[in-house]
Amino acid sequence: MEWNFKNGVPIYSQIIDELTMRIASGAYSPGEKLPSVRDLAMDAGVNPNTMQRALAELERRELVFSERTSGRFVTKEEKVLKGLHEELAKRYFEEFANKLRKIGMTGEEITGAVKRWLEDIQA
Amino acid sequence: MARIEINHLTKQFGSLTALDSVALQLEKGQIVGLLGPNGSGKTTLLKIMNGLLTPTAGSVKINGMDPGVETKKVVAYLPDRNALPDYMNTKQLMDLYEDFFVDFNRSKAVKMVKDLGLDINQPMKKMSKGTKEKLQLCLVMARDAQVYLLDEPIGGVDPATRDYILRTIISNYNEDAVVIISTHLISDIESVLDDVVFLKEGRVVLHKQAEEIREETGESVDKLFREVFRC
Repeated sequence: MEWNFKNGVPIYSQIIDELTMRIASGAYSPGEKLPSVRDLAMDAGVNPNTMQRALAELERRELVFSERTSGRFVTKEEKVLKGLHEELAKRYFEEFANKLRKIGMTGEEITGAVKRWLEDIQA
Repeated sequence: MARIEINHLTKQFGSLTALDSVALQLEKGQIVGLLGPNGSGKTTLLKIMNGLLTPTAGSVKINGMDPGVETKKVVAYLPDRNALPDYMNTKQLMDLYEDFFVDFNRSKAVKMVKDLGLDINQPMKKMSKGTKEKLQLCLVMARDAQVYLLDEPIGGVDPATRDYILRTIISNYNEDAVVIISTHLISDIESVLDDVVFLKEGRVVLHKQAEEIREETGESVDKLFREVFRC
């Protein structure tokens, strides 16, 4: 899996976003053991303290949990994973709606466009 | 006690002031970027920390001691130019390092030499400039030191080797050691740094966490550097 960092954005928050995506998409499956901080840091080419800080934040958000001796694991809680999907969906819809509003579309027009698009891809 | 404490450090070469009342405290467990344009005093500072130059005024303390025999046991230094006998080959240089430094980890060195595809029997003087640099870095990074002083470790090598060196620095990371990297190739290394120190005309003009810089300015360390040092 590739890591791509944008300039001028704290690496810490970019790591959180990337790992969150990996968990949400199932690239890291529920209950899977995560690589060590050092291996993740090496893979991403980032400072190990930054990686550690990002993982601690994911732990605080309950997306991962650690077991004292054996390392860090992806949550198995379906509620947490479902919440994560909803949260991500909300974020993407927001982005997308903001863009469409910027070109002057109303809420109704956006809903109509989404419906038509869904019908199109199903057809 | 900070691993490295620098107070009012001044170094003059005749009428030239290379370092002007530098104060820095560096804690263990950090990777620090010592950044500045050519002639800003980076190499002079590292040389003083390694006991190769003496301060005109002020002090450097490593584990509370002045640079000297005791500190050299725990400081791994990569100079800005080759200081090794170049008639020796890689194997002989590893022997040399093993004799000099009790913290030299031979198996680590062997692994790095292999990873980088160096010929163990080739004398150093027959190596290309970049290969020489790789070999020196292998020797320095193979020490289980408490302080690593790396003067332009990525300046002369290709991008693939640069990546390898950065990964080596990360994989070597140890909570007990401090790594100081001097360079002006900032964009290549900034994601690896905890702290950033900007040196300008022998003075510390900024000492901050790299993440803080990105957070506060919305800019990369590289971009900030270009602004601070605009010619």
